[in-house]
Parts: sequence; C-alpha cells; structure tokens
Amino acid sequence: MSVATRMAPATLGLGTLVVVGAALEALIRGGAINRYIVPLPSQVLLAFERIVVEENVVHRFLLTTAETLVAGALITIVGVALGLLLNRVHLLRAACETWVAAFASAPIVLMYPLFLVIFGRSAVTIVMMGFVAALPPVILKTLEGLAATRSVLVNVGRSFNLTPAQMFWKIMLPAALPTMFVGLRLGLIFAMINIVGVEFLINFGGLGQLINELAERYDLPGTYAAIGFVVLVSVLFFYVTERIERWLRPA
Amino acid sequence: MTIGPVVGAGFGRVTVVRVAIILVLLAAWEALARSGLLFRDVVPTLSAIARAFVTLLLQPDFYTNLGWTVGEIALALLVGGVSGLLVGLLLGGSRLLGRAFEPYLYYLGPTPKIIFFPVMIMWFGVGPTSKVALGALSCFFPIALSTAAGMRQIDAVLIRVGRSFRATTSEMVTKIYLPAMREPIVNGVRLGLGVAMIATLLAETKLSNRGFGYLIIQAYSTFDMPRMYAVLIALFALAIAANALIGRFSAYRASRFR
Repeated sequence: MSVATRMAPATLGLGTLVVVGAALEALIRGGAINRYIVPLPSQVLLAFERIVVEENVVHRFLLTTAETLVAGALITIVGVALGLLLNRVHLLRAACETWVAAFASAPIVLMYPLFLVIFGRSAVTIVMMGFVAALPPVILKTLEGLAATRSVLVNVGRSFNLTPAQMFWKIMLPAALPTMFVGLRLGLIFAMINIVGVEFLINFGGLGQLINELAERYDLPGTYAAIGFVVLVSVLFFYVTERIERWLRPA
Repeated sequence: MTIGPVVGAGFGRVTVVRVAIILVLLAAWEALARSGLLFRDVVPTLSAIARAFVTLLLQPDFYTNLGWTVGEIALALLVGGVSGLLVGLLLGGSRLLGRAFEPYLYYLGPTPKIIFFPVMIMWFGVGPTSKVALGALSCFFPIALSTAAGMRQIDAVLIRVGRSFRATTSEMVTKIYLPAMREPIVNGVRLGLGVAMIATLLAETKLSNRGFGYLIIQAYSTFDMPRMYAVLIALFALAIAANALIGRFSAYRASRFR
C-alpha cells in the first residue's frame, strides 16, 4: 500500500474538519448563522489560550484527574474484592450477579442529589458518584476473568498439588488479569465521565465546573473552547488507557 | 467454572439467599434510620419512604412528568437512532469513509455528553427540545458505531446473493443489510437507550420545569428526602424494565429468525 493510499482516510477526515470549520466561519461572518448562538471558530480557537491563562485550566485538569484517580483506586480495591468474593462463594454469585448487571445498566448518576445531601457540595460527593457509577463493570469483568480461566491451567495447578493460595496467585490471577484490566479501564472511563458530569451539574471542582461557569457568564467562545478542551482531555484519557491496556495484554 | 449447576441444583437456595440479603439490607437501613447517627431525614425510615412512594404514585402530577420524560427519551432515541443508523450504514459500507471518520466517533463516543447541554440550550432553548437534542446526541454514537461494525461483519455470501439478484440499493439495505445486522443494531439501540435516558434526565435536573429529573431536583431543593427516594426507586424500576424489555425483544427476534 503506498503512502498516499494509507494517508487518504486521515487526510479526508482532517480535511473535512477544516472545511466544515471554514464553512461555519464564512456562514457566521455572512450572517447566515447567528454569532450570538454559534461563535466564530477562529474566536473559539483564540479562546483556548484565554481559558488556559485566565481560568486556571491546568489546576482544574489536575483536580479532575486526581478525583478520577481516587475513584479509580476505590473501584480497583472494592470492585476486585467483590469480584473475588462472588467468584469464591458460588451461591452468592448465583444470587447477586444479575443484580450487579442490572445495577450496571441503571442510571446511577441520577442519584447525585442524594449524594449531595449525604456528603455535601464537596469533592467527596464527586468522587463517590464516580466510584459508585464505575463499580459494576469492575466486579463483572473480574468475575468473567476468573471464571474463564482455562481448565487446562487449573488442572496443571492441581497436578502440582498447589495450595488454594498458590492456585490463586500463580494460576487464577495471572489468567484473569487481562479481562480484569478491561473492567478497570471501563470503570476508569465511567468514573471520568461521571465526575466531569457531576462537576458540571453541581457547579463545583474542576473541568466540569469551568464549562458551567463560562456558560453562565454567557462567554460563548469560552464555553465552546472549554467544551473542546474537555472533549480533548477525555479523548486523550480514552486513548492512553487503551494503549496501556494493549501494552498489558500483548495478544 | 459456571453458575449453571449451582442455579440448577439449588434454585431454592438462591432464592433464600436473595431474600436474606434483601431482608438484611432493609433491617440495616431501618436501624441506621432510627439510630440518629446521620442527620435526620438523610436516611428516612422505610415506612416514610413507602408512604412517599404511595403518595407519589397517587399524584396525577407524577404521570404527567413521567409522560414528558418518556416522550423526550423516545424522541431522542428516534432522532439519534435514525441518524446513527444512516451514518453507521454509510461508514460501514465504505472503507474510505469508515477509516476517515470512524476514529472520531470512536473517540468522541465515551466523552461526557452532559457538558454539551449549555450549547443545546443556546441552540434549542430551555424547553424539552434541548433535552431531546442532548439525548439524541448521546445515543447517536453507540448506534452509529455498532451499525458500522455490524455492517462489516455481514457474511459476504449474503451480499453476493443480493447482487446476483440485481437488488437495488434500497432493496439491498432493507432485504440484506438490515436483517443481517439485527443483533448489532439491537445492541446499539440498547446501549443508546441507556445513555439517552441518562442524558435526558440529567439535563432535566440541571434546568427544566417538568419531567422525572425535575421531580428529583425539586425533592432535593425542598429537602423532601422520602420523596426523593421514592422518585429514584420509580426511576430505577423503569430503567431496568426498559432495559429488560429490549433484551427480551432481541432474544425473541433472534430465536424467531434463527
């Protein structure tokens, strides 16, 4: 495949973005689109610098990242522990697995007013919301990984007369790790989405609050730039966790 | 290691464990409510929640708000679903377009959609339309992505059969592509329903004067905790029922066509 053929899709994608941006710029300047509803793309690009300098974006970014990481640590500890427990006690698993799955598809983030009452308008509410919303995939994937350990591996362990502890550390855990990481990555993404969302909704904390504040000030280019910034950060986050996952499971 | 044998051998025991877990949780809740450890009303007694739940169900207001929310979600799913389906067919059908634009959808899909709400308000106003728009934006991504992926995994034989019958493009879409992609599409719709529901309801809690999200935030601002629990219970029951319904539908369709 020649370089030109390989580059064609990426060029088309980027080119379309540029063309759409330029067309919007022209339409807004020509008055076809109201500039008090959609700001000029050039203004939005310029506003990036402004929000970085004036709105403490770096600090906000670090705050949101820290909240996500704390929620990530919590889901790792609690989610993996619950997954192990359910895998151990078959009866408990038979009773609870469908509940966890139902919990995973329920709109948990709607409970944020309840968390506000319990934890107050603070970072604890935001972290706890991220934690609770992101817990089910970690539990489910831990269970899935442990349950899917190939029986030949388990038999090898048995033929070596491994103790249950050795069996777990030498056979079950290494075999389950790749699937568990899928769950952790999903959990981290869920946590991040919910944390930014709740920051926006309760107008407190890092990047989510920035969007709310700029929108309330009716700073249009700033709002669009802040949304663009959060989208970039989440795409980057998604990309990096994907890379780490691939690096951890060389298939 | 499967749960099959456990379920098969001890269905009765599983039920007993389930009932026991529920009873322990309820007893712990009641004990916490009566202990006075937390601020009063943060954890109301079970009887207070039950009373609030019955009161909620008896209010005509509840059904009006339910109607608004269900209508908004349905419209969001329709708009986002149809546009997602069209874009998915386009991207799945062309290698070049798929490679050019799918990475954008793939990476934009998991971004938090609620942050677009200020933009939706500017574009569509503060009424229900902005909630529908946000819901549609949310469910567009999973539906488009799973349609595109589903299109690529269609058995090439089916496509050749269609071509050899000289099917037109619309016939190819309705007779070959869509029936062959039923499962990925239903899956996409299922994911889409979940995110559309969350986006619509969250938007309602942020700024609106009707709908379920409004009921939640109204209970919060008047500090009527039993009512907030009652609305949340009703909401979770509805969400789980809607999800189960789509799951049942996909299982039924799959068994019928297999």
